[in-house]
Order: sequence, then C-alpha cells, then structure tokens
Amino acid sequence: MKDSTGTLGTLAWFFALMSLFAIGGANSAVPEIHRFAVDVQHWMTDPQFSDIFGLAQLTPGPNVIVVTLIGYHVAGLAGALVATLAMCGPTCLLAFYVGRTFDRFRGASWQVALAGGLVPVTLGLTAASAVVVARAADDTWVAVGITVATALITYWIRVNPLWIFAVAALLGLSGLV
Amino acid sequence: MNDATPAPRATEPVAAAAPPGLSELFIAYALISLYGFGGVLAWSRRMMVEERRWLTPEQFNEAYALCSFLPGPNIVNFSVIFGSRVRGPLGGVTALVGLLGPPMLLIIVIGALYAHYGDLPALRRALIGVTAAAAGLIMSTVAKMALPLFRNRALGGPVIALATFGAIGIAQWPLPIVLIVVLPISLALAWVRK
Repeated sequence: MKDSTGTLGTLAWFFALMSLFAIGGANSAVPEIHRFAVDVQHWMTDPQFSDIFGLAQLTPGPNVIVVTLIGYHVAGLAGALVATLAMCGPTCLLAFYVGRTFDRFRGASWQVALAGGLVPVTLGLTAASAVVVARAADDTWVAVGITVATALITYWIRVNPLWIFAVAALLGLSGLV
Repeated sequence: MNDATPAPRATEPVAAAAPPGLSELFIAYALISLYGFGGVLAWSRRMMVEERRWLTPEQFNEAYALCSFLPGPNIVNFSVIFGSRVRGPLGGVTALVGLLGPPMLLIIVIGALYAHYGDLPALRRALIGVTAAAAGLIMSTVAKMALPLFRNRALGGPVIALATFGAIGIAQWPLPIVLIVVLPISLALAWVRK
C-alpha cells in the first residue's frame, strides 16, 4: 500500500467495471475478480483469495459482500467501502431508473409483454441455478439427503429455515456430510 | 418441478398489505441479509411475500425477473427498485443500506477474527452442510414462485420455464445461446397473449 489514493482509485474503477459483468449475481464476476486481484495486481495470494471467498460464503447476506472483504484486505475500511460502493453504485442507479420507467408505464402493452416474457425465463434460470448449486454441494448421500429434506420441509411447512441450516451446519461440522 | 402439486399449505398470500415505512423497510432488509445464508433470494421472498405481504407472488416474480436481467447483484437491484417504489429515492437508499450494511460490518469482523484465530477447515466443513441445505431452500422457493405460472397456464409460460430449466440445468448448454433462442420466443408469446 505505497500509494493509498491510487489503490482506492484502482478498486473503484475495477469494481465499477465488474458490476456491469455481474449479470445474474455477483458470483458470475468472481473468476475475473480473482484474475485481477491475484494475477494482475498481486493484492493477495491464491490461498488468501480462496479463504476470502470462503469467508464470504459463510457470512449471511448477498454474495456481493465478497467484494467488501477484498477491499478491506487491500486498503482497510476505506477500501471496503470504496469497493462495495463501486460494485453496487452504478448498477443500483441503473436499477432505480429502469424500475421507475417500468412502473411509469405499468399496464402499457410493451410493459405487460416484457414482464410476462421475462418471468418464465427467469424462473427456468433460477431453477437451473438451484441444480448447479446442488450438484456442486452434494458429493455424498448425506448431502443429497440434506438438500432433498430441506426442499420438502420448506415447501410444505412454515418453519424458519435457519433451524434446518443449524442442523445442516452441525452435520457438516461433525464430518458426517 | 412441482407443477402438479397443490398449493403449499404454508403460503397463501392473497392480497398485498399496506406499503412499509422507512424504518420497516430498513428492518426487513437487514433481516433478509442477516438470515441470508446461501443466498438472499429465498429470504427476500419469504419476507416480502409470505411474512409482510408487501408483494403478491406475481408482483414478486415480475420485479425479480426484471432485476435478473439488469447488471449487478439481483437482490441488491430488487431492494433499490422496491424501496424506491414504496418510498421514493430515500426508500431505495434505505433498503440498500439495510441489505448491505449489516453483512458488511459482519464480514469485516469475521475477516479480522479469522486473521487472528482462523480455523477455516472447521468452518468449511460446516459450510458444506449449509450449502446442501441452501440448494434445497432455493428449490422450494423456485417451486413456490412457479405456482402462479402453472396455475393460470398462460400461453406457453410453463413450457418456456421448463425448456430453459432443462437446457441449462440438465443439458448444461451455454447460457448465452439458450437465452438468444428462448428469450425472443418468450417475449413474442407474451406479446401475443397480453
């Protein structure tokens, strides 16, 4: 950290750029973030990056907070703030204006058709992402059992999923999964 | 997935409640983010549709679909769109700070603790269990989200959803190619039935 304004500036432009590529969630930008942080800027080593990614997965909240921890690692609290704002600011502004336009034309035929056309595709994509996550997570029959049990229980019973997560965490901790 | 099953007993949100004030908005989004292990989509829907009833299932699907096709993290976009819809620009900022503030503080504390006495292997083992559960939670959430689509059988909607799911989730075809084919068809069908 020889030149902290320079570092903050780099964090700002890089993550602002990354936000535009993060279509369908922050995780789709992770490979490029990894390349830049580890190979180009040498902000951290490969194991440090995967530790940071692991910690972000363990922390509740949107996946995008992996960016907060990278910023913190690079330039402390200011870095955390700059990286997060850069990653979310431009796209939030865009979402604000698109949402507003969408609401202003509520009921217009193009608006109805756009919403009606995007919903089925999005549902298909989200269902596919659930399968992708399950395929990556379910290496053992116990893990498959946890996935299926969670799906059935949370579909049919109004239980707080945190209880299920607690049990699943304990099963994982004990090495059974 | 669950298209033939009847409506789940646990969720029968019919009408939307009155829109929230700023503090309610902040608290709801802070809770969504703090509960949000393994992704915030499931928790957003639970909070907005099932618990607070600020949105009907159809309204939730529509806003989520819009956010999924905008760049940036989709639930972050959702918080801005919903917050500003009910309480103007300040509402958008409030929802955003509620969603991002608590996990930002938390991850910095966790990062600092880990740097001192980190036992990542143990945490990773716990995470394996939580990730398996999170996958199940996304599945049940998508199944609930798909109910309105399958219930009113709007022209082609269920077919489009199943085709998209099959192409990417099962056949594992590349996303851009699938979208180039499926999206125009879906939009054209929606235009015809509007």
